[in-house]
Formats: sequence, C-alpha cells, structure tokens
Amino acid sequence: MKLTDISGDINEWFDGSGPLSDIVISSRIRLARNLAGHKFLSRCSTAEKSEILKKLKDVLMSLELGDKVYYISVDKAPTLSRNFLVERHLISRHHAFGKGPRGVVLAQREFFTAMINEEDHLRIQVLKAGCQLSQCAKQINKIDDMIEQKVDYAFSPRFGYLTACPTNLGTGIRVSVMLHLPALKMTGQIEKFFNAAKDMSLAVRGLFGEGTEAASDLYQLSNQVTLGVSESQIVSQFENDIIPEVIEYENVARNHLLSKDTHVLDDKISRAMALLQNAHLISSQEALFLLSHLRLGINMHEHMGASTPAIERLCTLCGATKAKGRPAISIATINRLFMLTLPAHLQLNHGETLDPTDRDALRAQIIRSALNQQT
Amino acid sequence: MLCQICNNKDATIHLTEITDGARSEMHICEQCAAEQGIAVKSHIPINELLSSLLAVQPSDDELSDPSEQQAACPICGFTLDQFRKEGVLGCPNDYEVFEKSLRPLVEKAHNGQTAHCGKLPSRTSLDTKKQIELLGLRRQLEAAVQNEDYELAAKLRDKIGESEK
Repeated sequence: MKLTDISGDINEWFDGSGPLSDIVISSRIRLARNLAGHKFLSRCSTAEKSEILKKLKDVLMSLELGDKVYYISVDKAPTLSRNFLVERHLISRHHAFGKGPRGVVLAQREFFTAMINEEDHLRIQVLKAGCQLSQCAKQINKIDDMIEQKVDYAFSPRFGYLTACPTNLGTGIRVSVMLHLPALKMTGQIEKFFNAAKDMSLAVRGLFGEGTEAASDLYQLSNQVTLGVSESQIVSQFENDIIPEVIEYENVARNHLLSKDTHVLDDKISRAMALLQNAHLISSQEALFLLSHLRLGINMHEHMGASTPAIERLCTLCGATKAKGRPAISIATINRLFMLTLPAHLQLNHGETLDPTDRDALRAQIIRSALNQQT
Repeated sequence: MLCQICNNKDATIHLTEITDGARSEMHICEQCAAEQGIAVKSHIPINELLSSLLAVQPSDDELSDPSEQQAACPICGFTLDQFRKEGVLGCPNDYEVFEKSLRPLVEKAHNGQTAHCGKLPSRTSLDTKKQIELLGLRRQLEAAVQNEDYELAAKLRDKIGESEK
C-alpha cells in the first residue's frame, strides 16, 4: 500500500458519522503490552529490538481482521510519511521520531493500528467514529486474545500487564474520546473543563494544534488510572458518567450563545466564513481555528432541534443551507478540510514538499474551492 | 470563601507564594485569576512528576530502603537513578527488585491502587520464575556474542528457544 492511497480522503472514524458525533468525534482504545522474557526497550540492543519487531510483525500480519493489513517500517520511512502517520493518528510522535527498529501494522480502513517498539514492545489501538467505546473495547479485546494465543506477554498476578512506565501498569488500557468543544471555549469555560477532568484523574490534550490550547477546539480526554480498575469499569465510567456530563456542559454553553450572545456567535461564524471563502494565504492554525467555528454553526443547525430565527440566520451564515451556486456545507466537508489541509497531508497529496508560504497558498485554495463550490 | 479581589464570587483558586521565606496566601475566583494572567495549569509532564515523586524520599523506613537505592537489577543492570532520569524501567524484573521504592509512585499514579483488577492472559502465561530465567539467558547470550564465543551463543539460543515453547 502507498500512503497516497489513503491520504486523499479522511479516515472512517473521522467522517462525522457515529453516535453523538456533533460533540464526540471519535472513540479510541489502546492497550500497552510487552513480551515476556525480553527487557523493556530502553535497555534493548538493536538486535533484540529487531527480534521483537520481527516476532510481533509476523503475528500481527497473520491476524484475521476482516480487512487488508499493511506494515510500514517507521524507522526507514521518509520524514513526510512519518508526519502524515502522526497527523492521521495512526502512530504517536514518539514512535515517528524515536530510535531503533520499529514499525506499524495497520488495517486499510484505519480502525486498527499496532505500533511495534514504541515505548512498550506493542501498543494496539482500535478507533471508531462517534461515541462507540463499548464497540472499541469488544474489538480490541478480541484482537488482544488472538495475539495472546501466539506470544507470551509480561504479566504479574499482582501488577497485571507489565509496562515500561509504571503509569500504564495493570490493564495497560488508555480509553479516549476526541471531543469538539467550541462553545465551552467561546464562553471562557474551557479551564473549568480542564480542572474537572483533573479532579477525575483524566488527562486532556489538545489535538491538531500546539499544547492544550487546541486551535481546532478538539480535545482528547483519556483515563490515567490503569491499575486496580477493570477495563469494563473504565469504559462504563466514560459512557455513563463522563461523556454525558461533558456533552451537557457543551450544550448548555451552545444554548447560552444562541439565546444570550447571538451577536458574538453570528460574528464569529460570519468572520470564519468570510475569511475561509476569501483568504489566499492561510496557516494551518488559522484554518483549524476558523473551521472549528464553522463546524459549530453547522452542528447547531443539525442538532439543536426547533428551528428558531436565530438558528435560521446561523444556517445561512455558515453555509449549512444551499446557496446560489453552492450546495449545503456539511460536517463531512468540514472534517475533510480539517484533516486534508494539515501540512503533511497537503504535501503528500501535492506530490512534493512545499515551503510554508506555498503550503498556506495551497491550503487557502483547497478551502476556497470547497466552500465556494460552483454547481 | 469569597474572592479577595472582587469580593463577589467564590474563591476557587488558592495561591501560596513564598518570597524570602515569608509565606503569603491568596484566594481568588477564576475570572479574577484570568484577569491577573494566572493560568491554571492542569498538566505536569510525566518526567517532572516522576522525578519529584522519587526525589522526595518517604520518611517511612521501609520505603527509603537503602539497599534498593544502591541496587542494580541483576537482569538489566537498571538502577533507581536511571529511572529518575528516564521515567521508564529497564525490564519486567525491575518491578520486583525496586518494589518498595516504586510503591508510592504506583499508588500516586493510580489513585491509591496497588493491585491489578481486570483482564488476565487468556491462557497460562509463563510464570514469573520462567520469565526471569529467560531474561537471564538473553543477558548471557548478549555477553557470549560480545565475547565472540559463538559456540556458547548457539547453545544459549537453543535453550531460549526451548524455554519459550
């Protein structure tokens, strides 16, 4: 498989489908595992790393996943390809730019990837669109069982699955959801969300941006405690307590904007639309920031129920209704732009590396043509 | 408690400042904190967390076990000093060798939990003794290769193969 086979489109779990996808963009579960009888990677020689890599690669490539499975040798891949895999959430930055023999096994539809020789010998993950954590848990457990038929994991009855860093000890599970929280940000309440997450021992990370202040208003919320609670307890806490609560906060903030701060909302969305439709140079950060506002407008139209004059106006502003010479702009269109205008995606699809100014020009052109489409 | 700046909202941010040994406290609300440019950081990088946790030696005799502070893992040669720097362990056996020193860290990272609850390997995994034996064999193998003792290396490789079956 060539990366350009997948780089022209967004992946399944980012297509805006799935339950509660106006706020929960995607669900992910990752398991950390190490092989018994081997040292952790920080103390492995290159030869031992190669041995682990070969063993795990052979096992993973033989799995029946119901999809074509590919292997990419990360240490030999060009920088652009590595950045692309990171942008696509198929591997971590740590894996992309780490040391020694390492690779990734991925399913063509990108619902499954396995990083070999990242921080642990093996990190497998399952991704799905919208809020589908139970489904992710079921699938990854099955895959983990299949792998376990062929290798011995480092396991202790007391500490569970043994990991290189004690913070992943026990189940080795990381349950996470990607959330779009533009209204919490606009109403100045995002710090409150950070603090509430911290009180519940959850980690928050900004996505597609630098630091926690995500330009895209996309945040990844994940568990930190992996010892002493079972996999199913963690998943059900997310599904029954954490996610409904965050959704409620965000919806209260959205309703507040609609009823009390209509001018603020109309202004943000109009400015976003005007800039995106007309800019000739746009940075990745600015594009993410503006697309996030547009996404909020379209979601309000699709999910906020009764059609009020405020929503009607909003729809026209964000292009969610058909206009002369242009079809309605959908969430799928926005998600596509989110991903396809990221630096490595742009360059891979363009066929060569570009300097920042050329990237900004190409990005602006792609966005203009998507939002000003002629019928 | 009301915010000391606006005297209006509840104080939810509590700052303690120590200047020249003098300690002062301030209790303010989120809005005033934002206006003062005080960001509430909810993240501590893992390395910082680890070194701060390990740097402060618990006063409890059992936890500040001097033998562990000086010890190196017989399998991978790892020491607690290296763990402080790198934030990751050297091999599965380290959890046994440094159990006492790691315990406070494990408790802190996992809300006080110290025992596994959840999935078990679907078939009987290698027992701990065997896992350590394998690690030892691999260490001998590396040494044999380094000393160019290929006869010994071949023997060890066969032994490892058998142990893994």
